[in-house]
Amino acid sequence: MARLLTLMLNGRKRVDAVADNLLLLDYLRESLRLTGTKTGCDGGECGACTVLVDDRPRLSCLTLAASCEGRRVETVEGLAEGGRLAPVQQGFHEKLGAQCGYCTPGLIMASEGLLRRSGDPSETEIREALASNICRCTGYVKIIEAVQHAARLRAGGETR
Amino acid sequence: MEALPEFELLRPRTLAEAVDARAADPAARLLGGGTDLVVNIRRGIEAPGRLIDLTGVAELMTIKADAQALELGASVSLADLAANEAVRAHYPALAEAAASIAGPTHREMGTVGGNLCLDTRCIYYNQSDWWRAANHNCLKTTGQMCHVAPKSRGVCFATFSGDLAPALLVLGAEIELVGPAGARLLPLGELYIGHARHDGSGGDGKRYLSLRPGEIVTRVRVRAAPGLRSAYDKIRIRRSIEYPVAGVAAALKREGGVLADLRLAFTGTNPRPVLLAGTEKLCGGALDDRVFAGLDALVRDQVMAMKTTFTPGHYRRRVAGVLAKRLVTRLFAAG
Ligand SMILES: Cc1cc2nc3c(=O)[nH]c(=O)nc-3n(C[C@H](O)[C@H](O)[C@H](O)COP(=O)(O)OP(=O)(O)OC[C@H]3O[C@@H](n4cnc5c(N)ncnc54)[C@H](O)[C@@H]3O)c2cc1C
Ligand code: SF4
Ligand code: FES
Ligand code: FES
Repeated sequence: MARLLTLMLNGRKRVDAVADNLLLLDYLRESLRLTGTKTGCDGGECGACTVLVDDRPRLSCLTLAASCEGRRVETVEGLAEGGRLAPVQQGFHEKLGAQCGYCTPGLIMASEGLLRRSGDPSETEIREALASNICRCTGYVKIIEAVQHAARLRAGGETR
Repeated sequence: MEALPEFELLRPRTLAEAVDARAADPAARLLGGGTDLVVNIRRGIEAPGRLIDLTGVAELMTIKADAQALELGASVSLADLAANEAVRAHYPALAEAAASIAGPTHREMGTVGGNLCLDTRCIYYNQSDWWRAANHNCLKTTGQMCHVAPKSRGVCFATFSGDLAPALLVLGAEIELVGPAGARLLPLGELYIGHARHDGSGGDGKRYLSLRPGEIVTRVRVRAAPGLRSAYDKIRIRRSIEYPVAGVAAALKREGGVLADLRLAFTGTNPRPVLLAGTEKLCGGALDDRVFAGLDALVRDQVMAMKTTFTPGHYRRRVAGVLAKRLVTRLFAAG
């Protein structure tokens, strides 16, 4: 079965024909070639595929594209505006929150979800909000610093 | 990209539409957040021809909670449940259980209905297609034997691992089911029919829910018992994204120095969540060694972990007992 899917993707309305059994992850990566969102496991274990749906983090590897009808989906590609990194990206960049970078888009989206909910999160809140995301490289310390830095950047006027 | 098997996705807006869709095709599978079902489909464990997504049914998305009663819709997300102030204040075991499930992103997706109906788990079952095939599958799918208990004579011991069920069991929850024949209410414990060795009431373990064809779990109801204190905790390998090695919910009443009511329920151990029978015999006196010895004996008798996880069964049973004792001690001392 297939259907027409209408959604807001990274701030723009899209209408696409999708199969009922198409995962949101495959819709993004394979149909739209938005390969920022990563596949890290065989389902639900790693968080590399995290995107925002209506501002809340979701695992795109366990979400059906068709169930996003009428919703706002955001991927890492949608964060930068006019060629300028968003605060959360800037934070990861400046505080070396990425090493190999494979987990980074997922972690950035989970962090963005947190920062939209809570502008000045405590370290505990950050640790809890990122607990669905696994990173094999950094040991997480730099990632936490990156999110703290991003929160400051956002507060400093570079909000969006 | 490996495409999922073909299926049709239905997205009903009302409960009536969902019930009709389910009645029209009893083989259709209900979809909550998909954090269990979609994993199983991806791993080739099941290949349903039709999915009915319940997350668009507005009637099933409400939480009504105050000091007297609680009513939860099946499509409420675990994140919303864990964050609800009234639930945290009046039904702490439930809020704590919800907050302990998987990781935060999973909790945004996972629903109450999906958690209560979570498929039972086993190291020989929750594996990829090729892994299971290389190990000749097992009874729970297409194989001939149980690798956990090769002499099991057709019984599967896969473990029920949902965290909400034990919390709701100690709170005395009822569950509302709606099907083609209308609605019915059940004590939550009667939803679970996974194999039970200790009282002989269980079936083959492959069927783990008493849902009738076409039925949907719609709501959970709790009537608050005045003075009942409750808590939930679980042992796990990592702090997050982790099923319980053993999970324990406790609820008790204290009147002066006397233990007036005691309820304990376990998950991650047996093929069904276990509400410990016989705890009333431990009530009526102080919380002393007699109570703990009695509790130990009940746990040894009823909590039966098999080798369905990477942690050995005897360890899960031991820690379940230890955790129960800790929770009871803490709740009795509190306030
Ligand atoms: C990495 C990882 C870690 C996890 N850790 C935990 C954990 O610690 N504790 C835990 O409890 N779970 C855990 N889970 C499992 C799962 O995320 C949760 O149990 C979640 O609550 C399942 O809900 P869902 O809505 O996503 O279920 P779904 O996957 O949508 O459904 C699960 C099952 O319930 C049935 N179902 C759904 N809704 C209804 C309904 N209303 N009526 C009847 N049947 C219904 C479905 O048909 C399916 O069989 C984990 C999962 C992953 C991937
Ligand atoms: S307990 Fe036995 S039959 Fe059940 S899933 Fe495990 S190996 Fe298979
Ligand atoms: S790809 Fe690993 S959780 Fe989605
Ligand atoms: S930077 Fe390599 S996995 Fe996180």
